[in-house]
Amino acid sequence: MEEHLKKEEFSPKLLDLINKDRQWLVKREEKRGHGLSDENKLELRLGLPGIDDRESTKISHKIDTDESVLSLRYSSTMKSHHKSSSQEQKQVFPTTWPCSGHQQQQPQMLSPKVSFLQYQTGPSAVARETSQPCCTIMVGLQNAEKKPFSSASSTNNTAVHNSSQKRAAPVPVVGWPPIRSFRKKLGSSSSTKLSPEPQGTKPSQIDNEKPVESSRKSLFVKINMDGVPIGRKVDLNAYDSYENLSSAVDELFRGLLAAQRDFSASGNIEEEKAITGLMDGSGEYTLVYEDREGDRMLVGDIPWHAFVSSVKRLRVLKSSDLPNLNRDAQAQEKATH
Amino acid sequence: MMQPFPDEVLEHVFSFIESDKDRNAVSLVCKSWYEIERMCRRRAFIGNCYAVSPEILIRRFPELRSLEIKGKPHFADFNLVPEGWGGYVYPWIEAMALAYPCLEELRLKRMVVTDETLELIAKSFKNFKVLVLNSCEGFSTDGLAAIAASCRNLRELDLRESEVEDLSGHWLSHFPENCTSLVSLNIACLGSEVSFSALERLVSRCPNLQSLHLNHAVPLDELPNLLRRAPQLVELGTGAYSADLRSDVFSNLAGAFSKCKKLKSLSGFWDVVSAYLTALYPVCSGLTSLNLSYAAVQSPDLIKLINHCPNLQRLWVLDYIEDSGLEALATSCKDLEELRVFPSDPFGAEPNVTLTERGLVFVSGGCPKLNSVLYFCRQMTNAALVAIAKNCPHMIRFRLCIIEPHTPDYLTFQPLDTGFGAIVEHCKELRRLSLSGLLTDRVFEYIGTHAKKLEMLSVAFAGDSDLGLHHLLSGCESLRKLEIRDSPFGDKALLANSGKLETMRSLWISSCSVSYGACKLLSQKMPRLNVEVIDERESSDSRSEGTFVEKLYIYRTVAGPRLDMPGYIWTKDRDSAIRFS
Repeated sequence: MEEHLKKEEFSPKLLDLINKDRQWLVKREEKRGHGLSDENKLELRLGLPGIDDRESTKISHKIDTDESVLSLRYSSTMKSHHKSSSQEQKQVFPTTWPCSGHQQQQPQMLSPKVSFLQYQTGPSAVARETSQPCCTIMVGLQNAEKKPFSSASSTNNTAVHNSSQKRAAPVPVVGWPPIRSFRKKLGSSSSTKLSPEPQGTKPSQIDNEKPVESSRKSLFVKINMDGVPIGRKVDLNAYDSYENLSSAVDELFRGLLAAQRDFSASGNIEEEKAITGLMDGSGEYTLVYEDREGDRMLVGDIPWHAFVSSVKRLRVLKSSDLPNLNRDAQAQEKATH
Repeated sequence: MMQPFPDEVLEHVFSFIESDKDRNAVSLVCKSWYEIERMCRRRAFIGNCYAVSPEILIRRFPELRSLEIKGKPHFADFNLVPEGWGGYVYPWIEAMALAYPCLEELRLKRMVVTDETLELIAKSFKNFKVLVLNSCEGFSTDGLAAIAASCRNLRELDLRESEVEDLSGHWLSHFPENCTSLVSLNIACLGSEVSFSALERLVSRCPNLQSLHLNHAVPLDELPNLLRRAPQLVELGTGAYSADLRSDVFSNLAGAFSKCKKLKSLSGFWDVVSAYLTALYPVCSGLTSLNLSYAAVQSPDLIKLINHCPNLQRLWVLDYIEDSGLEALATSCKDLEELRVFPSDPFGAEPNVTLTERGLVFVSGGCPKLNSVLYFCRQMTNAALVAIAKNCPHMIRFRLCIIEPHTPDYLTFQPLDTGFGAIVEHCKELRRLSLSGLLTDRVFEYIGTHAKKLEMLSVAFAGDSDLGLHHLLSGCESLRKLEIRDSPFGDKALLANSGKLETMRSLWISSCSVSYGACKLLSQKMPRLNVEVIDERESSDSRSEGTFVEKLYIYRTVAGPRLDMPGYIWTKDRDSAIRFS
C-alpha cells in the first residue's frame, strides 16, 4: 500500500519526462535511417497531421504506449473488463500458440483498442527494419498458422530476400555478438582456412606444405634484457637468420639500455653502445632462449629453422651470469630424464 | 518459550543444512536460531561485492571457512564495462586476513586480483586450500608463485578464464617438494609455457589429482608423460593437440589415454589435428563432458568422435558441427543435458557453416534430458522454438544468440515473440534466458506472465517501448539479474517498478532510453539502491536531466555508496555536473 502511494507521488514527474522521450525516439529513428515504402506511409496517416511522416508514427505509437503504461496503476480494476475482450483479440492475433487457453490466462492490461495499435506498431517495427509492407505480414501470419515450416508465399520470399540485402552490411557493435574476447581470437584464426582442409588443420601445422603462407604469418615472442625493465616482442618470422635477429635485438634495446644507464649513473651521460657479440660469447651480453620444454638454451647452437620452431621466449643475459645458466640447464636436463 | 534443544544440538542439526537458501531460512526463524546459525556458518556466497561490506559480513559470520564473491556485472565479459570500473578484492582480503585466519576457500568471479592480494592470501590463511579465480584479472604469475610457495595444503588452484600476466613459466616450480595435496589444477588460461619438468614432478607427487587443465603451450608430445603420471585423472584439459602425424606419437598418446580409466571430462584441444582425436577412442565411452569449443574440428570428424561417446551429458562445440553433426548427436547421446554451440566466425557477413535452427530441433527431440542450451546461429523460426519448448519442458537455461540483431523468423517474417513465448510457457523450470532476434513488447508480456522461476534474463536489441520493460519488472517474480542493451526502454517503466529493483541483485541497462533525470529520481527515492551511471564522455555538459545515460548499473546494497568509483561514474552524490533546465 505504501508502495502504491509512492507511485502516485511520482506521476507528475513521470509525465514531465514524456516530451524528452519523443525527441529521443525521433533521433533514434533517423539513426536507423531506413527508407519507408508507400505502404508505410499509408499507415503513417494514423498519426497527427502536419508533422513529418516519420515523427508522426513514432509519436502516435508513443502516445498509445505511454497511455497504457500510465494506466497500469489501475490495472487491477480493469482486468475483468479485458478478459471479456480476449475473444476479439484472438482474431486480431492469429498465432501458433499451442495452448488454446493461453490468452485467457494472462492478465490483460491493455484495452483492446490499445492492443490493436500496439500490434500495428509491432509490425511497423518490422517495417522500419526491413521495408516490409504491413499487409504482407498479415499474409505471412496466415500462412504461418497453416504450415509453419513451408517457405510461404512468393511475396514473403521476396521480402526475405530484400531484408537480407538490407542487412548485408553489418555494423560492428561493441559486445555483440556476446562472445568473450579469447573466443573471438580463436574464431578469427581458425575460420580463415578451415573449409578447404578436410582434416581441419590450421595452416601453421602443415608448414612443410605451405612454406609461403607460414612465413607470412608473424611469430611474436617476448624478449627481455637484464637491466631493462621493459620487455619487448619480436616477430621471428620477420628475420631469416641469426645475424638479422642479433641486429634487431641491438636496435630494440640499445636505446633502452643507454637510458637505463643514464638513469642509474644519474648525469654521467654515456653514448649509446651497440650491443654486439650476442651469440658467440664475446660480448657483454648473451642471447638465450627458452624452448618449448622450458629449458634455457644458447641462441645460435641449432639451425635457424629448428630454433624458430622451438623458441618460446628470448632473454638477453649478462655474459657474466652464463656459467650459472649452464648449470641450470644441466640440472633441468637431469630432472627431465 | 522454552528452548527444546541445547545450542550445541541445534548447531549440529544445522550443520547438515547445505544450501545457502535453507541456512538463510533457518536464520529467520527466531533470534536464537539466528544467533546459533550465524556462529556456525562456515560458507557464504556474495553475489555482488558491493552489496555488502567485509565488516558486515565478518560481524554476522565470525567463523567462515569458505567464501565466494562476485564482482563486475556479467556484461563485463563482452567488454561493456570500461577499464577501472572496480571489483577489487583486496579490501575483502585485508579485512578477512584479520578476522578469518582459518579461511580455507576463496572463489572469486570477475574481480580484480592483484599480486599483492595473492601474496596477502598466501601469508594470512594458514590452512588455505582452494583458490578459484574465475574470469579475474590484474595479477601475474608472480602472485601465483606466492600462492604455490606458501599454501602447503592447497587442494585446488583454478584460474579458469582469467587474464593472467605471464611473467615466468617457472612459477609452478614454487610448489614445494612436499606439496602433495593438489586435487585440481587449472592453468588453461595462461599464455606462455610453464616449466614441464616442474609440472611433471608436481603431477607425479599428487596422488589425489583429479582435475588437470593444461594451457595451450603444453604440446601434444608432453601429454602422454603427464597422463602416465596421473592415470587417476577424472578431468583433463589438454594443451595444443597438434603434432606432425607420426605413428609413434600416436601410439604413445593412445596408450597413455587407455590407462586413464576414470576420465569423465575432456577439454582443450587447441590447434587440433583431427587424426589424433582417434587416440581418445579408448576413453570415450566413459566421457560425460566434452569441451571442443576451442577445437576447429569439421563435422565428419566430430560425428565419428561423438559416436564413440554415448554417455555424454555435456557438449561444447564450435558451429563446425553443423546440423548434420547435431543430428548425429541427437541419435547417439541420449543422456545429453547441456549443449553449447559457439560461432567459429561471429563477425562474418555470410554463414560459413550449415548450422541452423534445425540442428537444435534435432537435439531437443533426441535428447530428452536436455536442460541447458547456449546456441549461436544465424536463423531461427517460431516453429522451431515451439518444437524445442515442447521437446524440452525441463529446460533450465536457454540462451539463444541469433548473430544478426533484429532477425525475424526467416520463413514467416514474424517477430520471434511466439517462439520465445512458447519457451517460457512450456519450460516451467527456466531460470536463465537470453533473447535475440526480432522481438516486440509482446515477448516481454509472455515472459512476465509465464517465467515464474526465471532468475536471470539477458535482452539485446528487443522491444518497442517502455511497456516491454514494464512487463518484465511487474512480472517475473523470481528475477534476480536483468541485463538489457540497445532496447527502447525508458524512465517510466523503471520508475514505476522501482520497488522491484530492491528484490533483485542487479539491473544493467545500456544504450536504452533512460534519462539522467530518472536515475536521479530513482536514487533519491530508493536509498538502498546504488544507482551508478557509467558515462565515459569527456564533457559533463551533456548530462542534463533529459539526456539518456550510456550505461546504467543498479544494485541493492546494505553497504551504502561504494568508495572506489572511477571518475566516469555518476551518482546522485556526484550530482554537481547535472544541469537543471
